[in-house]
Amino acid sequence: MNPSLSYSLLFVAAALFSIGLAVVITKRHAVVVLMGIELMLNAVNLNLVAFSQYDPSRLQGQVFSLFVMIVAAAEAAVALALIIQVYRHVKTVVLDELTDLKQ
Amino acid sequence: MTFQTYDCLQMLPIILLSLSGIALLFLGFQKSRALLLPATLLFLVIAFVANFLDWGKTYMYFRDMLLVNNLAMIFTGVVLLSTFMVVSLSGSLADDEDAQPAEYYAILLFSLVGAIMMIGFENLIMLFVGVEILSVAMYILTGSDKRNLRSNEAALKYFLMGAFATGILLFGIALLYGATGSFVLSGIGNYAHSATNAGGSMLLFYVGMFMLLIGMLFKVSAAPFHFWTPDVYDGAPSLFTAYMSTVVKTAGFAALLRILSVSFSGVYDFWWVAMAVVTVLTLLIGNITAVYQASFKRMMAYSSISHAGYLLIGLVGLSQASKPAIAFYSLAYSLSTIAAFGVLMLVARNRPLNAAVFGDQTTLARTDEHYDAFNGLARKNPLLGFVMAVSMLSLAGIPLTAGFWGKFMVFSAAADRGAVWLLVVAVLMSAVGIYYYFRVVIAMYFREGQTDTIRVAPFYRIVLIAATVLTLALGLLPNLFQGLI
Repeated sequence: MNPSLSYSLLFVAAALFSIGLAVVITKRHAVVVLMGIELMLNAVNLNLVAFSQYDPSRLQGQVFSLFVMIVAAAEAAVALALIIQVYRHVKTVVLDELTDLKQ
Repeated sequence: MTFQTYDCLQMLPIILLSLSGIALLFLGFQKSRALLLPATLLFLVIAFVANFLDWGKTYMYFRDMLLVNNLAMIFTGVVLLSTFMVVSLSGSLADDEDAQPAEYYAILLFSLVGAIMMIGFENLIMLFVGVEILSVAMYILTGSDKRNLRSNEAALKYFLMGAFATGILLFGIALLYGATGSFVLSGIGNYAHSATNAGGSMLLFYVGMFMLLIGMLFKVSAAPFHFWTPDVYDGAPSLFTAYMSTVVKTAGFAALLRILSVSFSGVYDFWWVAMAVVTVLTLLIGNITAVYQASFKRMMAYSSISHAGYLLIGLVGLSQASKPAIAFYSLAYSLSTIAAFGVLMLVARNRPLNAAVFGDQTTLARTDEHYDAFNGLARKNPLLGFVMAVSMLSLAGIPLTAGFWGKFMVFSAAADRGAVWLLVVAVLMSAVGIYYYFRVVIAMYFREGQTDTIRVAPFYRIVLIAATVLTLALGLLPNLFQGLI
């Protein structure tokens, strides 16, 4: 296995993770924040698959990335339901405008 | 290693809870809701008994995925007991037209499966799956009061923060996998031991370890990752706040204890300073901010942050003694928190006055959970006053209650490591804690109020009394519990 290939994959994964992090921190629209979170999770998947080529039993990292995908799908379903529920009340999903809980 | 058939049979609590969750969903098709509560309690009792069947033995299940030993059984017992109490306080759900009790109970049982996985995980896959089962269930339950905007808003904020934390946790796991080539805790621990002896760069390992720890500290709401807690605990229905602040915290600390003691004990010198700083921050922020709260429920949110700080002391002083200390502390904390929320729910429900004055629901939710709601409670309702007073004393760590021994054990675990300055901060902050816990006691016993006699359902009453008696019994005879581990 070519180690330089794996290094470049790690850089891509780190970049993806950072972009996701930046999106979560800077964007105020709930759906966009959700997209940022998905980006972070996919960066993890890339990392897991990249590292699994050094694993003697090979499959562990790839199996883990399957778990991550399944859980991310379940999370997205719950998140969209919550976003719709909030939208019904206040007709907005911009997080800065949701200030009902602040005292 | 071959797959053995008894593996499946022995991992009983997880299987039983999953099946009974599905059974509850089917029971929900019935018109009558009267059966749901007793059925849930029955399932929890069965799971509780099944949990302790393997007492005294140590098993590794499903090809090194889950470990079951005495400590894991005790933590599982604590979360099952907490859930039993929370569920038995949920009688009013059956009368609420908009509530879906069958679904709530099923989700509670499913989330317990996640908690049990977090308690006994040996493979990081199980940690991740457990954390997610528990968290996703909590997002839903936080938003379960669908008509209330505050509940929905809390759920959305909880989700965004929780999923963000999961992302960080996962990246940490991925980096640890890259550094060590293993997801198994003991494999990671072996790497940590051998790599520190061999020298060389462990950058990937350390970065992964800290990201994993940050993700977990988010989940147990330790400062500076606590900012979501007050809003979420305040917005969620009180019943599920009680569940969140006990079961999720117990499971989170059991998971942290496991990973720190098995995988990262070899690099203790590297992480203990960081954890000590987090502990001090958590204690300071949790206790000092709690003083300024006007709402009892919000005070309980900050109190749960401060208790995360005390539990973290047990982790900083990581030793053999900190395992029973953290288990005992979780039990003491869970008992008093659930009893306090039980009284709060009764008091809040019995104040219809504000609804007429203010009309809309948000104002209602706020005024009903203020300290003022407790004014004069103990005159007409001596039992509720006593239950609340004992739980407040226990949370404040006054002697003769379980909370005192919890703090004592955690502190002595840290003192053995020589972290005296940490204890000084902790003791000072407990003194601050006495101030805001006693505000409730003073309001109940010494203030004038117009509280009427509150009708308490018999079973509700029994659970409150049992929690109080257990708190006092553990305070008088802490060896009852210590002898078990």
